[in-house]
Formats: sequence, structure tokens, C-alpha cells
Amino acid sequence: MGDLTLGVFPSLVGSMSLDFAFKLAEAAITKGHTVNMWLSGNAVMMAKKGQKAFKDYSHNEKLMKELMGKGMLVTVCEACAEARGYHKEDVPEGMKRASMDWYLAKTVKTDKLLHIGGE
Amino acid sequence: MGAVNLLFVVQRPPYKSENPRLALTHAIASQTAEIYMDDGDSVVPTIVFVGDGVLNAVKDQQAMKVYGVTTTENHIKSCLMIDLPVWVCKEDMARLGLTEDNMITNAEDMGADLKTKFVSFAEIQKEMESVKHLLFF
Repeated sequence: MGDLTLGVFPSLVGSMSLDFAFKLAEAAITKGHTVNMWLSGNAVMMAKKGQKAFKDYSHNEKLMKELMGKGMLVTVCEACAEARGYHKEDVPEGMKRASMDWYLAKTVKTDKLLHIGGE
Repeated sequence: MGAVNLLFVVQRPPYKSENPRLALTHAIASQTAEIYMDDGDSVVPTIVFVGDGVLNAVKDQQAMKVYGVTTTENHIKSCLMIDLPVWVCKEDMARLGLTEDNMITNAEDMGADLKTKFVSFAEIQKEMESVKHLLFF
């Protein structure tokens, strides 16, 4: 089985690209692959715990937590998060914060790297 | 694992999108990534501007004056300063009526030796086929 790293950049609301990233991660984990997810740019919206689910909007927190429970590593870009006012105390349990060099280092060992979205 | 080649491909124009800046900051972050790696491992990035992304490499940007933010030009020059190759697609420059006179060609003001390389799409494609990972922005 392989190791997949996803660089994820789109916002929670505004496109379905972030939803797609989680669906792809779910499919990969179901097949037995390991998945690392790097949240950067507007995707750092996922680094805010306690999001309320409305049927009018995408809500990925529940799926993200399920996937983290299955071993998906989720790391958020701390500079992108801080720039948007998402602080360390806002981060959902189990999510890491790191700088961009951490993500670059991840690319060395991963089998496949995919970038998704961005505005 | 050794050295892993990464190609950052920037397709979006500057300022309107955060993506070009993210590409540049991620690429520059390769300089300190080794602290997270095993001994002997490294990442070797190249950044290439294609499509409307070539507009990122236009010189004399005034973003600090107009928007109060650092210029993409400054980030590109920082890449050259740390010997990170910067490529710009010649065909896309021609499509937008840009010549090398309009572009950031060097960062001599920062003491950089490396210069911007203006390349054909065929050369970019060859590089895309040779690297381990493509990072589209």
C-alpha cells in the first residue's frame, strides 16, 4: 500500500474542491493507503473547531475527524492560519500545526503528491 | 532517499489569487526543510511560471505602494538569491505581449548570481516528466 500526501488549498465554502479532497482521502484510506493532508491557503478554515453543520453549506469536520481516527495525519500551515486569525487554541483535537518546510520535507518520503484547489 | 526534485508550476496571475505567493513561499521553505528530514535527504525545487502565471514575473511591481503588501517580484528575487531556479514560459510571454525587457531577469540588487531562465513549453514539459513531484498552484 502507498503513502499519499494531499496539498489542499481551497476554502470550506465557495467550491466543492475541499469536499473532494476529503472524499479522495476517504477512498484512499478505504483502499488501505496512508494519507497525509496539508491544509494551506484558505483550506486552513478547517483549523477552527466547533463548526456548526448547516445543510446549506459544506461541512467536512465530521468526516475529517473520522479519517483522523483511521490514521490520516492532518497538518495546517501555521502562517496561513495565523494570518486569518485561527490560533493554536482553535485547532481541532489531533490536528497539527507546522510551517511550510515541514510539508516540503513530507514530499521526500511520500509515494504520490497531489495538490487540490486554491482560489 | 537522497535528493528529491520538485517542480512548482504557477498558472495563476499575481495578487488576484493567493496561489502564486503560496507557491513561492512553499518553494523558499525548502531551504529549511532538512531539519525535518533524515540525514542525506533533501528537496530540490524549481519554480516555473506558465499561462497567466507569467504575469508574476513582470518587473517593477508596486504592490507595497498600492496594497501595502510585499511584492511577488521580491519573492521571485528571493528565489534567485537562494539559487532556486526560476523559469518563465516564453510562449505564454509572447501571448501576453511580454518580452524579456518587461520581466524580472535577475536579482543582482540582492547579490544573486542566478538569473531567470526563459524557456519553451517543451523544456518545461521535459522537466515535468523528470521530477518526482509536480506541485500545481
